[in-house]
Amino acid sequence: MATMKLLLVDDEADFLNTLLKRMKRRDVDVAGVNSGEAALEWLETHPADVIILDVRMPGMDGIETLRAIKKHHPLVEVIMLTGHASMEVAIEGMEMGAFDYLMKPMDMDDLLYKAEDAFKKKTIHENKIQRRVKNLV
Amino acid sequence: MAIANIMLVDDEVPFVEAMTKRLARRGLEVEQAFNGSDALKKLTGESKTEVVILDVKMPGMDGIETLKAIKAQAPLVEVIMLTGHATVESAIEGMKLGAFDYLMKPCDMDHLIAKVSDAAARKRQQEEKIISARIKEITSRMA
Amino acid sequence: MNPKSTSLTPYYRTLTRNIVLLVMVISLAPMVIVTGIILNQFSASYHEKVFAHLEELVLKHKRNIDGFLVEKLENIRFLVEDVDFGKLQQEDMLAEHLSRLQSAYGTVFVDLGIVNEAGQQIAYAGPFKLGNARYADAEWFKQAIHNPYYTSDVFLGLRGSPHFIITVRKPWQGKNYILRATIDFVSFNRLVEQVRIGETGFAYILNREGQFQTKPIFDFTPTRDIYDRYFATLERMEKEVEIQERLDGTGVKCLYVSALLKNGDWLLVYKQVSNDAFSNLHNAQIIAIVFFILGGIVIVALAISMSAKMVRRIATSDTEKEIMNQQVIETGKLASVGELAAGIAHEINNPVAIMVEEAGWLQDLMADGAFESEEDIKEFERALNQIRVQGRRCKEITHKLLSFARKTDSRIEDFEVGPLLEELVSLSAQRAKYSNVELVTHLDEKLPAISASQSELQQVFLNLINNALDAMEKAGGVLEINAHQNDGKIVIEVADNGPGIPKANLARIFDPFFTTKPVGSGTGLGLSICYGIIHKMGGEIAVKSAVDVGTTFSIRLPIKTSESDDPETEETVSETENQ
Repeated sequence: MATMKLLLVDDEADFLNTLLKRMKRRDVDVAGVNSGEAALEWLETHPADVIILDVRMPGMDGIETLRAIKKHHPLVEVIMLTGHASMEVAIEGMEMGAFDYLMKPMDMDDLLYKAEDAFKKKTIHENKIQRRVKNLV
Repeated sequence: MAIANIMLVDDEVPFVEAMTKRLARRGLEVEQAFNGSDALKKLTGESKTEVVILDVKMPGMDGIETLKAIKAQAPLVEVIMLTGHATVESAIEGMKLGAFDYLMKPCDMDHLIAKVSDAAARKRQQEEKIISARIKEITSRMA
Repeated sequence: MNPKSTSLTPYYRTLTRNIVLLVMVISLAPMVIVTGIILNQFSASYHEKVFAHLEELVLKHKRNIDGFLVEKLENIRFLVEDVDFGKLQQEDMLAEHLSRLQSAYGTVFVDLGIVNEAGQQIAYAGPFKLGNARYADAEWFKQAIHNPYYTSDVFLGLRGSPHFIITVRKPWQGKNYILRATIDFVSFNRLVEQVRIGETGFAYILNREGQFQTKPIFDFTPTRDIYDRYFATLERMEKEVEIQERLDGTGVKCLYVSALLKNGDWLLVYKQVSNDAFSNLHNAQIIAIVFFILGGIVIVALAISMSAKMVRRIATSDTEKEIMNQQVIETGKLASVGELAAGIAHEINNPVAIMVEEAGWLQDLMADGAFESEEDIKEFERALNQIRVQGRRCKEITHKLLSFARKTDSRIEDFEVGPLLEELVSLSAQRAKYSNVELVTHLDEKLPAISASQSELQQVFLNLINNALDAMEKAGGVLEINAHQNDGKIVIEVADNGPGIPKANLARIFDPFFTTKPVGSGTGLGLSICYGIIHKMGGEIAVKSAVDVGTTFSIRLPIKTSESDDPETEETVSETENQ
């Protein structure tokens, strides 16, 4: 099984950098950007399996970014990152196809667990597609 | 509870009719639509549809267009593409766009029901996640 | 197509002929010119050389002969001046002098005689008994008595054999005497006889009367006028030697080289048959001509064999190209049929799916065991009817497909385009429906027949319709197919209101391998094949397009003419144009 490629999207640089550092220590293939626009731009040129997406961001907010991601990269799984106050948004995100949500501040293991879960779902679907393509040939 | 609530979308009326009867007999709730826009119309509001069985080739909005529209309008609804041999590529394209799977036409009833159940299960899993999140939200608000 | 490799068509025969002519002209012309110039130059210089040689020869002999005559005259004069004339009249003295002359100059001097004023020979020494000969009436005497020196023409005289004499007049004791010496004709003749060149070259001497003064080796009768002219020319031109080339009495072209002798009394003529004089030149000419002819034959043979080989090559490669084209057309046909098949496969799949479901439904009902009630029986009947309806639908589709597939040979036949177009439209209807395209046809009824290959024409229209449907696939639209007669041609238009073709692509649209489709999904051959097919039929295909308005392909096909071989020639013409 290929390793999961993670993308973190959060406008708070300190939070983002700490998170990146901690994840890299655990040998997670992860990258970080600080806005929805940057996330979409990143996806144009880099593959990603799971996106951890902050719901509250200046510019494109989480929901808008999610909608754009689902439109252009339907198979990429998204986990909404939310505070207590924006729980509603996270749920809205899930109704729009986000895989799950995480409450800030979150436990690192919890995050990785959910991300792996999302990655598994994506991998299963992709393998299914590959099997179908193979059947075609 | 029915095995699944499904919507059959195909421009061939006799096909939809026959399928509906057979699926209903096997405990599926079937809604019918004869083209893409009809399907989208019926998916709004209080639709119970969990899985859409969608013909790839239709006049007007074709399967892929309809799929995209469904995924934008009702992201949680799972879609199974229905295809002939000539359009399997389109069906796979559909899977890359988020369709759950595809089925060859004419299809084996058991096979179809199995796939529909899988798709419905996936959807229900997601819905459960959302419901638990809601409960969490409500309890946290009350607390 | 194939017979070309065994027997060539008129087109290739003309081609062969033209190549042969061209090669021959190009290689023979310089050869002719060069050979001609060289021969001409050679001939001129050779003529010059021969003329110069003959001139010199004749001049030398003229001097020789003149010198001989002068010398003999001097001998006699010396005798007259030096010797006491009185003593000379004694015959034994005369004989002594004669023998002295003979011992000094050989037998040139035959005899000596002294003639008095009256023409009576008074003294004689020599082999003939001419002691008292009278010469008063002799022509030479009349001349001799009036001139201090005289050399006579050749005459027979009293002795009856040809000779000439040299006389010196000597006044002695108040009277004129003449010392006469006879010159041996044989030894004089030898002077001229020596002049022999080639087989026919010889010399002779004529006097002003045109009589031979020497014995010519080849006997003939000289023509006075001509020799008179020589005399006149030589005297007038003050040349020493005159050369002329003309026909002699027997019609043979000869060279005449002439010079005056004896102060213009005699004419030395050297005559040689031109062919003989220029025999070396003629040999050279003959060799040149032989080589020219041999070369010419080789060139002609090579030109013919090489042209034939070349044209056969061309014909073979044309045939190969033709086969290739045919293969490309076949490939294109497969591609367009493939596209069509995709549509039809779907079309046939739908009724099959319905039948399967209806049959399944019947099984479901039977599994329930509930086929007793009237309602159940009705349901059975309905389902079976549905299966029959869908089966019939399948049959129709397969029939359509079969009738299309049957027209696979590219035989030329006469047919009407209307039914062909209608059939194609019905075959494409399903695809059009799924591409949201409305198909509209305006086909004039009673269009005259055309002569073409049905399958190829089918391919053309299928291609155009498929292209139009591809173009309108996203947004849908209207595809109009019109056919009418105009200007002795059948005009068929395939017009869509799709996105149109950008100007930059429009010019290249019929180019082979030009495609705007993504790699792998289009060969880029479709329209170039259409172009090829239509042009092969002697028709035209044109395209008009405006971005966001639509594209119209119009095809003009010639109406079938009564002459059956007409399309054949048109075919070759358009082929050559394409090349």
